[in-house]
This record gives sequence, structure tokens and C-alpha cells, in this order.
Amino acid sequence: MTADEIRLTVLRLLGNIAPEADPARLRPNVNLRDQLDIDSMDFLNFAISLHKEFRIEIPERDYPQLATIDGCVDYVQGNGSNGKGESDK
Amino acid sequence: MPWEPILKGPRDRRVEPNLDSYEAVRAGFTWQQARGELEGLPDGRGLNIAFEAVDRHAAGPRARRVALRWLGKSGACRDITYDELQKLTSRFANVLASLGVEKGDRVFALMGRIPELYVAALGTLKNGSVFCPLFSAFGPEPIRSRMTIGTPKVLVTTELLYERKIAPMRDSLPFLEHVLLVGDGDSPTSVAGTHDLRQRMASASDRFVIPPTDPEDLALLHFTSGTTGKPKGAMHVHAAVVAHHITGKLALDLHPDDVFWCTADPGWVTGTSYGIIAPLTNGITSIIDEGDFDAARWYGIIEQQKVSVWYTAPTAIRMMMKVGVDATRDHDLSSLRFLASVGEPLNPEAVVWGREAFGLPFHDNWWQSETGGIMIANYASMEIRPGSMGRPLPGVEATIVDAAEDGSVRVIDEPGVQGELALRPGWPSMFRGYWNEPARYQKCFAGGWYLTGDLAKRDSDGWFWFVGRKDDVIKTSGHLIGPFEVESILMEHKAVAEAGVIGKPDPAAFEIIKAFVALRSGVKADDALRRELMAFARTRLGAAVAPKEIEFVPSLPKTRSGKIMRRLLKARELGLPEGDTSTLESNG
Repeated sequence: MTADEIRLTVLRLLGNIAPEADPARLRPNVNLRDQLDIDSMDFLNFAISLHKEFRIEIPERDYPQLATIDGCVDYVQGNGSNGKGESDK
Repeated sequence: MPWEPILKGPRDRRVEPNLDSYEAVRAGFTWQQARGELEGLPDGRGLNIAFEAVDRHAAGPRARRVALRWLGKSGACRDITYDELQKLTSRFANVLASLGVEKGDRVFALMGRIPELYVAALGTLKNGSVFCPLFSAFGPEPIRSRMTIGTPKVLVTTELLYERKIAPMRDSLPFLEHVLLVGDGDSPTSVAGTHDLRQRMASASDRFVIPPTDPEDLALLHFTSGTTGKPKGAMHVHAAVVAHHITGKLALDLHPDDVFWCTADPGWVTGTSYGIIAPLTNGITSIIDEGDFDAARWYGIIEQQKVSVWYTAPTAIRMMMKVGVDATRDHDLSSLRFLASVGEPLNPEAVVWGREAFGLPFHDNWWQSETGGIMIANYASMEIRPGSMGRPLPGVEATIVDAAEDGSVRVIDEPGVQGELALRPGWPSMFRGYWNEPARYQKCFAGGWYLTGDLAKRDSDGWFWFVGRKDDVIKTSGHLIGPFEVESILMEHKAVAEAGVIGKPDPAAFEIIKAFVALRSGVKADDALRRELMAFARTRLGAAVAPKEIEFVPSLPKTRSGKIMRRLLKARELGLPEGDTSTLESNG
């Protein structure tokens, strides 16, 4: 899975958490919580959905690395995901 | 008792606790004496919260001490000494006075944890006006309903929040005469229909004489939620400062050299009583963090700021537990001396985890918007029974009652028997009413007791144990949410026929908001509609109040009189026995 594909998946997962948001307007390097109306439970659910979708372990202490869209993409790429989503299992 | 009591050793007594012996302090305590720890306005002109919090320290040896240390979310840091805070709050009071804002007029605030929020709160109190903080994560509807009830003359907010949430509905707020804006950049704001707060402040005098203030003058309005109807504005008077101050001292064990951090947002009562007032009346340094929860960031703050007393919430503690104890090892957290928690009952595992992570247990305590301050607590000097809310504060009489529908009340003396937690009226921070709703206020009292709406038990030694809510109010992430407020927004969507909202138990947040929705005939229940409803609710209510889960059901269980039976929805959700369903209209 390329960085762009990962990015699209991240945006889709964010859309599940905050369906009111327009993903096209999100800036990739700005903290998600400054752009979206999400609370800490939403963020927790988002992190869990990343874990399920990309089948990577995300220890809670790594959550700060998921603060931006770019951060999420880097994290997924850097943590051994060869892009195998649940559909590939 | 499944959990062993936590006994206190010398490590827990690095500083001699203010409440050294529970029984002795309780026996000798009077509210009159507690009042004596405060100064009162000069020349016997009364009692004003802001004077006790700021001016009296600014005039004394603590003038140069840091009162507020503000930590911006992007790393900025700003110190405000008591002396500076006096000048800033005086400027704010003068701004209000110049706008014709008078005693008793309501001033609402809608902003994140920025210094101006704290200045506005205390400056409003100086002016004799009534301060009401709104949680900045509220969506437009919770803001509109609270403003419509409290009819503020002034709103203090930021440029961004104004444009997002207030400007589109300004026309529906005819009572709102002035909006004071904090600009997002350094240059003055120029938004139509508003004033730039910083410019106004700069041209106002930094001297202000607090007018005579009767201790019974209204000071604060804190909105809270009931099962039915609109939010209720719990009214608090200046005399409440006696309780804020003494509970800070006795329950949070504040000592003159402490650095205190209350993580709560002032939009909820804890963030005002203990995030603004109590640390300042005690003359100590209070940390304000603008950022949201982030375990590593929090540990960094404790380490760098040398926080000694820390007051936080169960949801945050449980999230820290998930991050794991290892993350605490990267930091020197040895400045910590006393840990406390409030918001929902703190589970025993979390109490004990405090010892593993910080070498100190968490002290749970209990209170509500209506009580204004901590009423029942675990104390520095006293053993902790993990899972218990502790014992009543000196000056507070608590009991368990059986309150019947007919208004009769029977005190339950037998230990271990569940009933409604009740308090004997008379402590200074007791609410004096719900704004414009005398009938709802009266309903809270019976047989000489204030009925809290919380179910609890008392053990044979006098420790209180939380059981649950008597009504359907939802406790989520430390916030109290009324199901009706959520249901009525869902009902506004054209696809929805009826909605029932419950608190679904959650390991991190205690409960999350879950909505059961029955659709109008002919509407198809699919995932696209669920997302649409979710978006609709979140846009109107904000993330903190909107449901996290929506489940479609063919119809909702109702009583014969047509009331939705939320308890039954909850029982079904949990797979519990459905109990007495004899008043059911149908089986839903």
C-alpha cells in the first residue's frame, strides 16, 4: 500500500469518527484536534480503528504520533505494515 | 471488602496534613471559623470571591508569587503573579463597568483554557456580575439553550469560536448586548457587532474598588443536566468561597508552598471551584494547561512544574493506566505529594494504580454542581478504602435516605443498605436555586435534606460508597449529560420518529452516550443514515454531548403515559433482567 493509499484509508476512518467533517479540507500537518471537533473518546476510537484496519499494534504511548494525518501515515508505514488491510488477511 | 484498605505511612505524610485527625477536626469545625480564615472586603463591606482569591494576596507578602502559570498547547508559557492578576482583573471589571454591565448581570464565557478566561471570571466577580462558563467543546445547541435560559448581557469568547458557533445564531440571542472577543492573532479583531477585548483592556484602568458585596449576592451560574427538560443553572453566591477555600485546604490538603494542578476545564464546575478559586484563595501557584489529555505531556508538566498536588478525573487516570506505568518512569515525578480525583466514582484498580505509578494512591472525592464544593472525600491523613468516596467534610452532614414519591423521607441507619445520598442544607456553597426554576429547586429538598439524586451506601464505619444515579442522567468522561438534550436534537432530524438515549458502561469513560432511534415509516435504516444522523448530532451538540453510538430499533419501549423507558433500554443493552415492566405500553 502506498502512502497515498494509506492516507485515503486514514481519511475514511476519520470520517467514520467525525462524519460531519469534510476530509478534503483537513490540513495534513496540523493537529487533528485543532481542525476537527473530536474529544478524547473519539481519538481513542480512531486509534483503535487504525489498529484494526492496518493490523498493527499501536501501544497507547504512541498515540501522540497520530496527532496529524501525516503522522498517521508515517506511523503506519514505519510500523511494519506492508499495507495488508483486513481484506487481505 | 474485596480490596484491602490503604494505610498511610510516613511517605504519605511528607507534609503534616491540614486535616490531621478526621474525628478531631470534624468535632471542632464550624463554618463561622472557616469564614474567619478569609479576610472579607475592607471596612466590613461584605465578602467577594475575587477579593479573597486575588486582591488580598496582591496587597500582602504573596503579591509577587505566581498565581497562574499558563501552559499553551504549543509550548508557550505565561506567568501571572497575584499582583498582575489583580491589575488584569481590575481592568476587566472596568471594561464591564464601561459597558454598563451591573451587579447581577450575567457574563458568559465560551473559550478554551486561555488566560483571558481566568481574568474574565475573576473580573466579573469583582464587578458584582454573575459569571457563567460554558464548555468550549459544546456545539451550538447546548450553547444556545444555556444562553437562552441565563440571558447574558455579555459573552466573552474567541474570534474562532464566535465565527463558528455564535455568529450564525446571534440573531436568536436578543438579550446579548456585548460580545468581547479575544483575537486569534496579535492584531486587534474587527468582527462586526463585537468589541476587541485586548484593546478594551489596554485602555481600561488597572485600579478597581470592589463594590459592597453581600455574601448572599449571586456570583456563579453552573449549568447541569436533569433527566427531563432543559439544562438547569445552579446558582452560587459569594459566600461559597468559604467552602471553596476550606475544602481546598482540608480535602485537597493545599499548603502555602504547593504547586497545584486541577486538570478540569472551567466549563464544568470542578474547573471553576478548584481550577480557579480554591488554589487562589489559598495563595498558591495554579497550573493551567491549555492542551488536551496526553499522558506523556502531562507527566512532563508534573516534572517541569514540580506539581505537588494534582486533582484529575477517572477517565484520564484510566487512560494513563492503558498507556502503562512504564511511561511514568521516563519522568521524575517525585514532586507529587497528594493525588485526588473527581468526576465519576474511581474504581479500586485505579486508586491502587496510583501507588504503582506515582508511589501515591488517588484520593477519590464526591460532589456536584449543586454542592459547589467537595462534600465527601478521602483525606491525606486517613486510610483509603479503595472504591469508596470517603467520609463527609467537616461541616457537612451526609446520610442515606429512602425518599418516597409522596415527599416523605426516612433516614436509613442500617449500614450497607442502598438509598439516596442526602445532605443537610446549610453549607456555604450550597446552590441557592436553579435560575428561573423555583419548582425544580424545591423538588430537590424533602424532610430537611437536600436529595442528591445519587444512590449510595454507607458502611458501618461511616465510609460512603457510590452505587449509581437515581435518574437517567449520564456520566461520561467526567461530564454530566441529560438524555433529553440529546434526544430532542435527534428528533429534529426528518428521518427520526423517536429517540431514547442512555449511558452505556465504558471502561475508560465510565459511560458513553448511546442513542436508540426508531425511524419514520418508509425510511430505510442503513449505514449511510446512521452516519448522517451522527454528523447531524455532532454538528448541533458538539463531540462531548453527541452520541458515540446510534442503534436503529423498530420502536422504543414506553410507559402507558408515553414516556420512553430508558432504564429498560439500558437493561436490554446490558443483558440484565428487565425488571418490573407492568407499566409498559408494549414490549417495544
